[in-house]
Amino acid sequence: MRKLLQPVLAVVVGLALGLSFTWFAGENPWHVLRILGQSAFGSGYDLGMTLFYSTPLIFTGLAVAVPFQAGLFNIGAEGQLTLGALAAAVVGALWPRLPWPLAPVLAGLAALLVGTLWGAIPGWLRARRGSHEVINTIMLNFIAAGLASYVTLYLFQSPDTQNPETRAIGTGYLIHQFAIFGGAPVSTALPLAVITAFLMWVLLWRTVIGYEMRAVGQSESAARAAGIDAARVRILSMAIAGGLAGLVGVGEVLGNAGKFRLGFSPEYGFIGIAVALLGRNQPAGVVAAALLFGALHKGAADLDLETEHVTREVSLILEALIILSVSAEGLWSWMRRRGPS
Amino acid sequence: MAVATPPAVELRGLTKQFGSVLANAGVNLRVEPGTIHGVIGENGAGKSTTMKMLYGIFPPDAGEIFVRGKKRIWKSPADAIAAGIGMVHQHFMLAGPYSALDNILLGAEPVRLGIIERKKARAHLETLARQYGLPVNLNQPVERLPVGVQQRVEILKLLFRDATILILDEPTAVLTPQETQGLFRHLKKLRDEGKTILLITHKLKEVMSITDRVTVLRDGRVTGEMPTARTNPQELANLMVGRKVVLSIDVPPSCPREGTALQVESLALAGVAGSRHKLADVNFAVKHGEIVGMAGIEGNGQSELLQAILHPRESRCRTSGAVRVLGQDVTTWHASRIRELGVAVIPEDRQHEGLLLERPVSENFLLGLQRSPAFSYAGFLRAAHVERTAAQAVDEYDVRPRELTIRAGQLSGGNQQKLIVAREFQRKPGLLIAAQPTRGVDVGAIEFIHNRIVRARDEGAGVLLISFELDDVLTLSDRILVMYEGRIVAEFLRGQVAERELGLKMAGS
Repeated sequence: MRKLLQPVLAVVVGLALGLSFTWFAGENPWHVLRILGQSAFGSGYDLGMTLFYSTPLIFTGLAVAVPFQAGLFNIGAEGQLTLGALAAAVVGALWPRLPWPLAPVLAGLAALLVGTLWGAIPGWLRARRGSHEVINTIMLNFIAAGLASYVTLYLFQSPDTQNPETRAIGTGYLIHQFAIFGGAPVSTALPLAVITAFLMWVLLWRTVIGYEMRAVGQSESAARAAGIDAARVRILSMAIAGGLAGLVGVGEVLGNAGKFRLGFSPEYGFIGIAVALLGRNQPAGVVAAALLFGALHKGAADLDLETEHVTREVSLILEALIILSVSAEGLWSWMRRRGPS
Repeated sequence: MAVATPPAVELRGLTKQFGSVLANAGVNLRVEPGTIHGVIGENGAGKSTTMKMLYGIFPPDAGEIFVRGKKRIWKSPADAIAAGIGMVHQHFMLAGPYSALDNILLGAEPVRLGIIERKKARAHLETLARQYGLPVNLNQPVERLPVGVQQRVEILKLLFRDATILILDEPTAVLTPQETQGLFRHLKKLRDEGKTILLITHKLKEVMSITDRVTVLRDGRVTGEMPTARTNPQELANLMVGRKVVLSIDVPPSCPREGTALQVESLALAGVAGSRHKLADVNFAVKHGEIVGMAGIEGNGQSELLQAILHPRESRCRTSGAVRVLGQDVTTWHASRIRELGVAVIPEDRQHEGLLLERPVSENFLLGLQRSPAFSYAGFLRAAHVERTAAQAVDEYDVRPRELTIRAGQLSGGNQQKLIVAREFQRKPGLLIAAQPTRGVDVGAIEFIHNRIVRARDEGAGVLLISFELDDVLTLSDRILVMYEGRIVAEFLRGQVAERELGLKMAGS
């Protein structure tokens, strides 16, 4: 119970801090809160947009949380999701006539596979060459962005637009969108994300591999002494992480845009770090935290329009304060456990 | 009428509670000036808590502290230091890259016009070092000094602050037998120069060999106080544990069986030039049903030997040679495959190599066994079965508290070790490798672990025992090998060698 209460409390404190900040900016905090709530949950469409933003955050949150359990910090979700989405769009552009349901399954697998490979690279570098995954994943983000630009602009650029986008995928690729959200692009990707989170829970807490991942994350020396191949576990964790991030492409390409748009992600990969942190690196926590950040993202977008003084930047500060307060809470409980011995 | 000198330290009814744990329940302690006073007790008996209150790290809930007859209330350790009390912690408080001199001055810099008077301090320290016989190279970065010398730096730090009452918390835990002897010489010298020393330990031998008086603690209470000359290890052990303890178990002679459990052939590890981390031409075998003890001073290749046997495939563990375990040539095998043959290991450093300190007991019980068919099926853990077996094992091996959800890091050293033994013996070992099985373990648990090792032997396992504690080696081993600078330099049968001779071989003569 306490484990649940503390992050909730942290969110409340962060929100309070953020709202008092808007008060300094000259807004009535109560008013700001009401706009936030209405904009995130006020109508079927608003709720739909919140869920739409939450879906990729579930994937990227998991992409950070799962390797974190194995003691790895994946900052590369942004690159992994970019290439995953690109792969789905490329498959759709190359074979536009493929029929449903073969088409989306194939494109989804392509996103999964490319993400997995891209994630496995820093895992391999860490396990076999000893270079740190934080540096490598950051660098690979840049490489992924460059690659995506090249493939989009020079190989698959859509002739119908000036925007940097790939050609449209075939109609057989489009996955089901739920009608009840008033046109918001909530697709089958949402249940897929939730099921994936559940599968990750099973993986981490019910399987031998998950146990070995957590053992390596807790103490590499103890895992090694127990005969666990820490290098293999590391590579596997990062590969899984990459695959999870790659699945963002399902919602974006097959469930929303129908093509790959350069720069479609408002840094889902980085917000995923905060999502994992708030969700305590637990799959269920990640789902809940992704919903919260999805709501904040949607709500904050409207603050700019609906208030006089709160701009997009101020809403970013609001998000940042919540993240800070969550991490401060993590630090606090960590310090208490180390308390008087 | 001579005026009676007040005791250097007197504690009256010191009490401290942490949450639901009563760490100290009315501890009384009286330490005469100019003596070495031992404070002995098992892990968790409240020794450290008492000393931390005396040193001002936290205030007592009740009770009084007198120093040289004057009642004192500390706000922080600074007050205690000002009153002449100094403490050497079990884990040294030194800044590695700084020189010994700077470490000693840190926090007590003699400053004149904003400039540290290093020269004057150095002269003063050199006098102190001469007076108390504590030679230290003051210019060396502390991290490059041997552990024994680092300890001298810690003691000099206290002397530099004019401490007259010195508290040493488990000072020998990190020392080799030679360094321990050296430390004891220094302590006697300090006492003869008028200092008062409080020695916190759980090792009976040390108390017997160096202290003038001894106080025994158990469960936060004083269970005995007497002059050392009028007691004996058996009495002290009984007071510590609260029941009659068998200090040295009688080990019936072995009857080695056919077949070797472990065979090591011309094992070598080149190591970096000039380092001591090497092995040269190590050959030996362990038969089923026998305990082979590997004696040696820490750092003479024991850790490397262990790694070479358990991870023979990794090049940093082995350069050449072969390892056969239970009849199989495992030289190219991965560690997990070797363990699955039925190899139980009590690792050297249980906190780093044996346990996941932040995880519950049940998960620690599973560590290394997770792939065995008993605990997993088709890649999924059999969680209920793990819990059930762990509960049984915790019961059978007397791990306290009997609580599967408690974190391993919260167990005392002895209980952590029992948990590891419980886990490893699940493999029904054909080969048991026990490294430092009693390091940092209290007397009650030592008895238990010794018995288990002997029982494993009698059930047919070959046992390789690696220990820096001569007592372990002499009590348990059917054969004793001596390791010195990466070689095996001597071999004895049980009863063929006295401690003194063994010590000489260990020192390389």
